Amino acid sequence: MESERDLMLDGNAAAGVLQEIFGEEMTTALTTCDECATVSQMAMLRVFSGGPGLVLRCPACEAVMVRIAQTPRGTFVDVRGVRQMRLPLPSIR
Amino acid sequence: MSERFVTRGFVGKRQDAGTAANRIPPGQHLVKDFPVLSAGPTPRTDLRRWSFRIEGLVKEPAQWTWDEFGKLPAQEFVKDISCVTKWTKLDTRWRGVSADVLLEHVELDGRARFVVAFSDGGYTTNLPLPDVINGQAFVAYEYDGKPLAPEHGGPARLVVPHLYFWKSAKWVRGLRLIERDEPGFWESLGYNNHGDPWKEERYSGD
Repeated sequence: MESERDLMLDGNAAAGVLQEIFGEEMTTALTTCDECATVSQMAMLRVFSGGPGLVLRCPACEAVMVRIAQTPRGTFVDVRGVRQMRLPLPSIR
Repeated sequence: MSERFVTRGFVGKRQDAGTAANRIPPGQHLVKDFPVLSAGPTPRTDLRRWSFRIEGLVKEPAQWTWDEFGKLPAQEFVKDISCVTKWTKLDTRWRGVSADVLLEHVELDGRARFVVAFSDGGYTTNLPLPDVINGQAFVAYEYDGKPLAPEHGGPARLVVPHLYFWKSAKWVRGLRLIERDEPGFWESLGYNNHGDPWKEERYSGD
């Protein structure tokens, strides 16, 4: 039986998918949780994968921040749980 | 409940016939273990604070505490289950309360057509009412003769074996009767509103 530890991966695990979607390296981007306003680098978000899609949650309050599902009809991305994203300048990426 | 909801044979009938191979829906493969897939952390709800509720388009909502729920007529059932991530597990053995028993405790508004199952942690999934009645859906609290483990949805989860298993909401806390279909957690992100494995209803548009 798998443990929750196996399901909960580091945010970097989602890096490839995020880069594909946003066309940028996203792990150092800062995200503000819409629920509790905690600011986290995307690499710090709690990732739940292996199910129908990818779920990224706030490390502070566990609210859903990003949901991604890759389907034969396109990639669905829901970022309702992100109040703001701040991408670093290209020179320091 | 009206007979027009009975559209075809149930899973039990299918299980009687033939070998394991023709019990595996198209595009699925057989597993022996029981994979754990979650969209979030496993909630640990104190049973003293747990309740199960039927609400929405009903004359009076119904609610049970954990102790009350355990006294409802329960049944053992053995079903094949299929996850949209393509695994199928045969002969899973559960114990729980049929949705029919739960719905006997409320008077349905005639407009009720769909059900939203809601869970601890905020997960939701939507089901047409005809898929929830007539012995097709259960709230299960035992798996393989033991209390349902938290990672598998304990203390209680929905089990709707004739649909993909994301419909069988873990940590379920209630059913809400509604008039118009409301896509749930995965259904609102490109997954099918119905989710019949035999028709490969994986994604919206399938």
